[in-house]
Amino acid sequence: MKPITRVNDFVVKFANVNGSGSASANALFARAVLRMGVPVAARNIFPSNIQGLPTWYEVRIVEEGWRGRRGGVDLMVAMNPETWTQDVAEIEPGGYLFYDSTRPLPESRLRSDITAIGMPITAICNAEYTDARQRQLFKNIVYLGALAALLSIEPAEVEKLLAEQYRGKEALLDANRKAFRMGFDYETAHGPVGLRIERRDKVGNRIFIDGNKAAALGAVYGGATLCAWYPITPSSSLAEGFIAQCRKLRIEPGTGKHRYAIVQAEDELSSIGMVIGGAWNGARSFTATSGPGISLMQEFIGLAYFAEIPAVLFDVQRGSPSTGMPTKTQQADILCCAYASHGDTKHVLLFPEDPKECFEMGAQAFDLADRLQTPIFVMLDLDMGMQDWLCEPLTWDDSHRMDQGKRMTSADLEAGKDFGRYLDVDGDGITYRTIPGTHPKRGAFFTRGTSKDRYARYTEDGSAYVDNMQRLLRKFETAKDYVPAPVVERAARPTRAGVIWYGSTGAPMQESLRALEKLGIHLDRMRVRAFPFADAVVDFIAEHDHVFVVEQNRDAQLRTLLVNECGIDPGRLVPVLHYDGNPLTARFITREIAEKAAVFNFKPMRKVAP
Amino acid sequence: MTYLTKPKLHHPDLPKNALGYTRRDYEGPISTLCAGCGHDSISAAIIQAFYELSIEPHRVAKLSGIGCSSKTPTYFLGQSHGFNSVHGRMPSVLTGAALANRDLIYLGVSGDGDSASIGIGQFAHVMRRGVNMVYIVENNGVYGLTKGQFSATADKGSKAKRGAVNDDEPIDLVQLALILGATYVARGFSGDKGQLVPLIKAAIEHRGAAVIDIVSPCVAFNNHAGSTKSYDYVRGHNEAVNRLDFVPVREPIAAAVPPGGVQPIALHDGSTILLRKLHPEYDAHDKVGALAFVEAQRMKGEVVTGLLYVHEDPSDLHDMQNTVDAPLNTLGDDVLVPGSAALEKFNASMR
Repeated sequence: MKPITRVNDFVVKFANVNGSGSASANALFARAVLRMGVPVAARNIFPSNIQGLPTWYEVRIVEEGWRGRRGGVDLMVAMNPETWTQDVAEIEPGGYLFYDSTRPLPESRLRSDITAIGMPITAICNAEYTDARQRQLFKNIVYLGALAALLSIEPAEVEKLLAEQYRGKEALLDANRKAFRMGFDYETAHGPVGLRIERRDKVGNRIFIDGNKAAALGAVYGGATLCAWYPITPSSSLAEGFIAQCRKLRIEPGTGKHRYAIVQAEDELSSIGMVIGGAWNGARSFTATSGPGISLMQEFIGLAYFAEIPAVLFDVQRGSPSTGMPTKTQQADILCCAYASHGDTKHVLLFPEDPKECFEMGAQAFDLADRLQTPIFVMLDLDMGMQDWLCEPLTWDDSHRMDQGKRMTSADLEAGKDFGRYLDVDGDGITYRTIPGTHPKRGAFFTRGTSKDRYARYTEDGSAYVDNMQRLLRKFETAKDYVPAPVVERAARPTRAGVIWYGSTGAPMQESLRALEKLGIHLDRMRVRAFPFADAVVDFIAEHDHVFVVEQNRDAQLRTLLVNECGIDPGRLVPVLHYDGNPLTARFITREIAEKAAVFNFKPMRKVAP
Repeated sequence: MTYLTKPKLHHPDLPKNALGYTRRDYEGPISTLCAGCGHDSISAAIIQAFYELSIEPHRVAKLSGIGCSSKTPTYFLGQSHGFNSVHGRMPSVLTGAALANRDLIYLGVSGDGDSASIGIGQFAHVMRRGVNMVYIVENNGVYGLTKGQFSATADKGSKAKRGAVNDDEPIDLVQLALILGATYVARGFSGDKGQLVPLIKAAIEHRGAAVIDIVSPCVAFNNHAGSTKSYDYVRGHNEAVNRLDFVPVREPIAAAVPPGGVQPIALHDGSTILLRKLHPEYDAHDKVGALAFVEAQRMKGEVVTGLLYVHEDPSDLHDMQNTVDAPLNTLGDDVLVPGSAALEKFNASMR
């Protein structure tokens, strides 16, 4: 088998033991490639464990800038004896295996169709360091040095990154630099392999960031002052990101006091309760959670819907149901959030496609919550929430001001304006509210989850109840004008087939569309960015005979929502489903769509009126 | 009183407080609870307390959970915003509200089912966090709205209206509050307004988590022989350890101090509680002693009432959060939104 030779287009996978300090070295590897101007798509594949279980980090070096996983491995850095067999088996024929050769391995444990590169890493570290922890930690930096030599990464770029990481900690910097050099010099003597990284200028000013951090910053820019949360993977780093950003950006000069409050609650019921209390009292409030948390919050979500309290919920979706696969990704909370709580309820969902949109929608969610006076769900998933993605830099319009929605002020009340908390003055279903303490004699009302009339008075009168429920529907209709619009793109050639996706599925989707084109399958495409669905979504489906709906759950939840809410013939919506918990690959989508397209006998159409 | 309609006009000579408000300005619509319900007496005591303290009603937020007790905020402080939330979860909603605006007074009203059963978790954690609030438990030992099932505060051996005997140990919310870090803990009886009003007033002025467990007989389902939450039983077993006189900040203390056995307790805002001891041994500053005393009396079937524990220098959730002096809900774009320059710096750190 001829060894693979490729430039700026291959997959390196690191097999490590959780808690061995590999994460930071692996991230350095990815960043070093970026500093060479070559895009990467990196993913941490980790267990629900703190120490001892296997963990992987996969870096796809991809000059074309695709953001999804490719599938397959060209170079395996096998540092975990426990997973050796599966790791070696995963390497593509002609690929490479880099391993610690301190202990000699029998031929039977290797493969004849791959190139094995052994380096006595443990022996090198044992000779160099006496401290057990150092011996372990520096192994990671030593193999980083070796890879730099093997793949032609410029050592100066790694050293610059080290200098940034250990700024002000000179002793640590020197030790790391030395370990890196040891690895680099060792492998330089053995020469490069067929996989090479060549300097390009394809990264530009893009940033490498995870969606939870970006969403947390979005909450800061969105004006959130109260975060109440309960730790749960994969959303904890969103709340923790908010804490970190607030410490930098929200401290009152002079006093050092906080322009925010963050409470780690005793459970998710309490965290959503605090959010509702804070939002009722006029402070922008949010929680970050995942599926199990959403399940626990159901009763409160219904209260917020019916009593019309703004609230922002970031749901970083994970493998479900029940405890499911806490460290794996899915888009399986769509229906649970869209119809959260008992009774007739519907909620606004936002679907960011990457960390940049996590930031934008993270900020926008607070304006929407205040404008629509209802819970807003920002639907992340583990893949975009916890993985670093390469995306366009975050931007902010300094002329933007928080939209506080319809609030009746003290002056309005003083002027004698008629205040009915649930009185639809403007015909858009959105009513005016007052914040507690607004006026000494006017504007107070009682907020409740029970039925009420337009003036917030308790009533069990059926017609008043129906009046209110109908207004809530009108409000949901109004929401369509405010939520992010879908993004439509036409295929290169006219076609009667289309594809719909949302969220992190966008990462492999673009790449898959390119591959499908090569197979002669042309699809018009729509990325849905919010629920309720804009009319454009219905129009798009109507324009096509068949529309694939690609999503990451078993039951085709978005498709169900489309059928249910838009009255669409289910036969026109062809589900493409991936739900094993691993990030979706372009290869998977391409294969699924190509197979189904063959059944439907799609042919590229020659002529169709535009 | 429950079914009497309230005339809109009132007597021109009705007394006024320092704000020029009459007692009527602190009332709400007519109660829909049963005639004779202890909860209505508590509402009257709350009205009296706010009236006497001359607090503007709109500076108060009243929150509750679900149940008979949680309905009562409708019936007092009609000019205050109210929030009837979900069962057992008033503490979290109130915590969020209190964080949003530190300048209002927060009154949480709950019951024994709402606080000791479904909401015991939130009851516990709101105490731990020292939320600046008055937490009133209207404790009748039964679920009234669902027609008389035992609640978790019902005493073991206590008899239901139709004869069923409660087999489970009771939860004493006073003891729980003491252990969990409440800084003002009291017990009252809805039938003793003279004791109750000063307890509520001092709780309002106390900065931190103030709990008053108020035994409040349910006339419909728990006011019979064999119940330990009936008017007769509580009257017969009420062991008041002290009486309170509340002295607002404006009044000189010396003039009000009656002779003998009186201990002044300074509150955070400069007002004072004068604690008149009825039980010579009882020390309201001794948390461990309070726990032992309350439990010993409980085992004898006695209901200990009065101010049971007070911490004179408490800190509250806002101290721990180190929040700015201005209420969070008043902060604008200028201080909350860092702007594009800060974002560019952030971008640079992500490359």
